[in-house]
Amino acid sequence: MDKKTRILIAKPGLDGHDRGAKYVARALKDAGYEVIYTGIRQTPEAIVKTAIQEDVDFVGLSLLSGAHNELFPKIVNLLRKKGAGDIIVFGGGVIPESDIPSLKEKGIRAIFTPGTPIKDITDFIETVK
Amino acid sequence: MSKDERFLQKKKEWEAGTLKKVIDRFPERKTEFTTGSWLSAERVALPESGDFDDYNEKIGFPGEYPFTRGVQPTMYRGRFWTMRQYAGFGTAEESNERYKYLLNQGQTGLSIAFDLPTQIGYDSDDPHAEGEIGKVGVAIDTIKDMEILFDGIPMDRVSTSMTINAPAAVLLAMYIAVAEKQGVPRNKLTGTIQNDILKEYMARGTYIFPPKPSLRLITNIFEYCSTEVPKWNTISISGYHIREAGSTAVQEVAFTLADGIEYVNAALKSGMDIDSFAGRLSFFFNAHSDLLEEVAKFRAARRIWAKIMKEKFNAQNPKSMMLRFHTQTAGSTLTAQQPDNNIVRVAIQTLAAVMGGTQSLHTNSRDEALSLPTEESVRIALRTQQIVAHESGVTNTVDPLAGSFYVENLTDKIENEVWNYLNKIEEMGGMVHAIENGYVQKEIQDAAYRYQQEVERAERIIVGVNKFTISENAPGGLLKVNPKLQKVQIEKLSQIKKQRNSDIVRSRLAVLGAAAKDPDRNLMPFIIDAVKDYASLGEICNVLRAEFGEYQESIVL
Repeated sequence: MDKKTRILIAKPGLDGHDRGAKYVARALKDAGYEVIYTGIRQTPEAIVKTAIQEDVDFVGLSLLSGAHNELFPKIVNLLRKKGAGDIIVFGGGVIPESDIPSLKEKGIRAIFTPGTPIKDITDFIETVK
Repeated sequence: MSKDERFLQKKKEWEAGTLKKVIDRFPERKTEFTTGSWLSAERVALPESGDFDDYNEKIGFPGEYPFTRGVQPTMYRGRFWTMRQYAGFGTAEESNERYKYLLNQGQTGLSIAFDLPTQIGYDSDDPHAEGEIGKVGVAIDTIKDMEILFDGIPMDRVSTSMTINAPAAVLLAMYIAVAEKQGVPRNKLTGTIQNDILKEYMARGTYIFPPKPSLRLITNIFEYCSTEVPKWNTISISGYHIREAGSTAVQEVAFTLADGIEYVNAALKSGMDIDSFAGRLSFFFNAHSDLLEEVAKFRAARRIWAKIMKEKFNAQNPKSMMLRFHTQTAGSTLTAQQPDNNIVRVAIQTLAAVMGGTQSLHTNSRDEALSLPTEESVRIALRTQQIVAHESGVTNTVDPLAGSFYVENLTDKIENEVWNYLNKIEEMGGMVHAIENGYVQKEIQDAAYRYQQEVERAERIIVGVNKFTISENAPGGLLKVNPKLQKVQIEKLSQIKKQRNSDIVRSRLAVLGAAAKDPDRNLMPFIIDAVKDYASLGEICNVLRAEFGEYQESIVL
């Protein structure tokens, strides 16, 4: 039997807005994935450590404070450095459209902004996994 | 006396007592209030028939127990609510400029947003602060930043609300010390600190210490302010963030009032008298778009709190029973799609807050689902309040929806549901327990999940999101925080650390640490001494972290 797709939903940075992260985590679980949620205020190092320990296929990052340009690429780089560059990173939150191209260049595979239906995320996961 | 006669008697008593007392001191804005067609607008429209006893018990007269119709007898005929836009970003210099702009535009109070490192007690040079400096608010490391923030703003004339919780004591200490430098004595200061840690554990997330020492810090502030800063609102017990996290209106009121009960219990346990601090408690609610439910929510919240204070805590002073509140329109209802539609949502929510009798209001800007608001968007948001105040007519009469069968029915229903929650939480041993065992978080999340599922299935329509959508270009002209700011702020802090007398700082911090060990000491004077000598926010919080430990989130999914 195929191994179930494992997804880590993580909250880097200091903001406590976890409604979106928790919703996505629960909705992905309901869609049949194995989902781990880190809780809020995680350092990039802690997120990468959990991702590797839990042997996940995806890391979904949620940030609403505006620190995404600093923290999202940092997590991608740390994963690569630890030999886990195959883990697919995506993100969501209050992220201006104009920041998305540079985030994608830096290895964040998809950004889901407010109002995105959950189906867009599951479609993405199914396409790239 | 017949029922009708008793009611007329009651009305006369209210006019000669509660109303006269206020009108003599604060005359109404106009001598005559009329509708657009010059019909006279009654100050307080009253029932002309029906069950007057029921009316007296449940609704009553404005400015009197149970305060269903409002905490003031004349409400906005006397004075409009305080229009207070939450603002702050970047450095203290930039925020100072935005505050002066807002005051020039007719705003009547300040509301300070701090960046997340400040809210969690990290200095800008702390590794945890990376990427977050100046993003969601202004960065404050030492009293120097606070001096710049209030440069040219008369602290004796402006009331200031500070959204600060875990390190509230430190920011209040800085505010008091800067005012002193401006020559303003602390007993003249007016404003509010949020200082509501319990909702941070269940919704907002900027906690530092575990509940017990956090409650001690809160009680220390109550006690210190009751004599030293008597006009300061020492706490703003907040449902706003609980609602943003996805709770229902009922849960918002229930969990907020349950938090309030916990704070009152903590203060009573420390030996304070109920009437010495209860009048300085204030609240903070959300205004959503379900207009009539929201109005009913505010009315129910006032009635329940009045009952709690009178019946459970035996408060004697009517001021202790008044639920005074700030409102903010609902950030979570703003859409990134067709962002100008948000102006309309905010206008409906403004009406909800005003017809619900708020004391102050922040209106969100249309672009806040996209980024920090631009100056133009903030102006439209402020104008929305001014239009409701000056043009809508709802401010010409007190509690305009009282007596509506639907609104009174909803008010009663919300009250019943809230009592059910309050009783359940009391059975669990209070709010700290209900948070620690994850009950409250689970209730909120279940509501959030249900709501979002309804949106996904288009059973609940969000205009522009799951219906009436268009393809649109990414909006331009968004406000960006200067990415160089992080360096500037860290540099500023390192300069101060070089210039200050570090021996004094060390000894101030040592004395604070020693005082923290003794639960009977009030820490406020020690913190004020430390900030005056340029001890930083992070240094002070680290001393307290060492004594108190740090809270660990209980993850509920």
